[in-house]
Amino acid sequence: MESALTMALDRARQSGASRVHSLRLRIGALSGVVPDALRFAFDALTPGTLAEGAHLIIDPVPARFWCAQCAMEFRSDDMFAECPECHVPSGELRAGREMELASMEVE
Amino acid sequence: MCKDCGCGLPGESGVGISAHHHDHEDHHDHDHDHPHTHQHEHEHEHGHEHHDHTHGHTHKHSHVHSHADSHEGDFEARRTLELQQAILGKNDRLAERNRGFFRARGLMTLNVLSSPGSGKTTFLRETVGLLPKELKAGIIVGDLATDNDAVSLRQSGAPVVQITTGTMCHLEAEMVSRAVQRLELTGLNLLIIENVGNLVCPASYDLGEDLRVVLLSVTEGEDKPLKYPPMFQAANVVIISKIDLAQACAFNREAVLANIRRVNPKAQVFEVSAKTGQGMDAWRNFLAREQSNRQTQNPLAL
Repeated sequence: MESALTMALDRARQSGASRVHSLRLRIGALSGVVPDALRFAFDALTPGTLAEGAHLIIDPVPARFWCAQCAMEFRSDDMFAECPECHVPSGELRAGREMELASMEVE
Repeated sequence: MCKDCGCGLPGESGVGISAHHHDHEDHHDHDHDHPHTHQHEHEHEHGHEHHDHTHGHTHKHSHVHSHADSHEGDFEARRTLELQQAILGKNDRLAERNRGFFRARGLMTLNVLSSPGSGKTTFLRETVGLLPKELKAGIIVGDLATDNDAVSLRQSGAPVVQITTGTMCHLEAEMVSRAVQRLELTGLNLLIIENVGNLVCPASYDLGEDLRVVLLSVTEGEDKPLKYPPMFQAANVVIISKIDLAQACAFNREAVLANIRRVNPKAQVFEVSAKTGQGMDAWRNFLAREQSNRQTQNPLAL
């Protein structure tokens, strides 16, 4: 969270913003990130910065796997996803590990 | 600070090699502003959602100094900035830089992870003792406190650099790049990084390693790969350690192998006992093979 906030505040300053109203993150279901821990860290780190009092918005990204045998994508929020058709465990995760700064609202 | 568990919050960390020093100061400097700013935010919103700025202003001027000017100019200026940046971008970039540095020096690098008490230190000490002549190892060891592991690892004869992380539960690429400067690299071709004992957070931090090695001791329970999937999913090698205790622990070998496969079908698995030496040869031969493969792939490395 600290590096995320530093990156966001740098951008806010560069764009001449004097305040950050909200910060939007994209967090994959399998990123290993615990949203509550992020919120806790955000609240602990923002006082005294441009983002003091800002809202933290977390957009969850569902996990998508690829089954090579069936040549299709399937969704699962389970780490050890099995293809729903052939029940072979998929080794290829196509989405769901995101940890991204999406956008922020500033003035 | 750690994105996973929130450890290493500003003000409480005594990180030996740390990237976060400046931030601490920032936060402290601003601490006293903080009750005022709060008040000012609320009034400010009222001011421009409803009528004019009058009541916002009177309060504002009495409390807040530096911000007041800039706000007056841009009441209508709320806007959205698109960022689209990966949060771990900074660590990942530094890790790539480490990786390039290690490759150029012909250093094969291991990032060794496990829960506390899985036997990383003993395993690594014995590993270094068994290495064939052509493999020369240096070690970086991360611990929250004490240099006990570093002292133990020095018995192997390899050069050891310690990173004391304070409250940080994992190593980051920047700490490694600084620690590596304190290591005499001439003649080394294997760099072993013993991460902080923790099966959660270190999974997210690339250090620039070639191989990620996760230890799991037979005393820990067969379902650990299922309980901590990110750690096992990111592993190139899984070491099942302390197999001399397998019988005493009623260790279910088939179950643990199945669980590892389920999370990570590609990981190489070695079953070893650092104490009796069982299985250590296969592991050593694997390291020697990996190192020589890398050398032939990379003619630049000496």
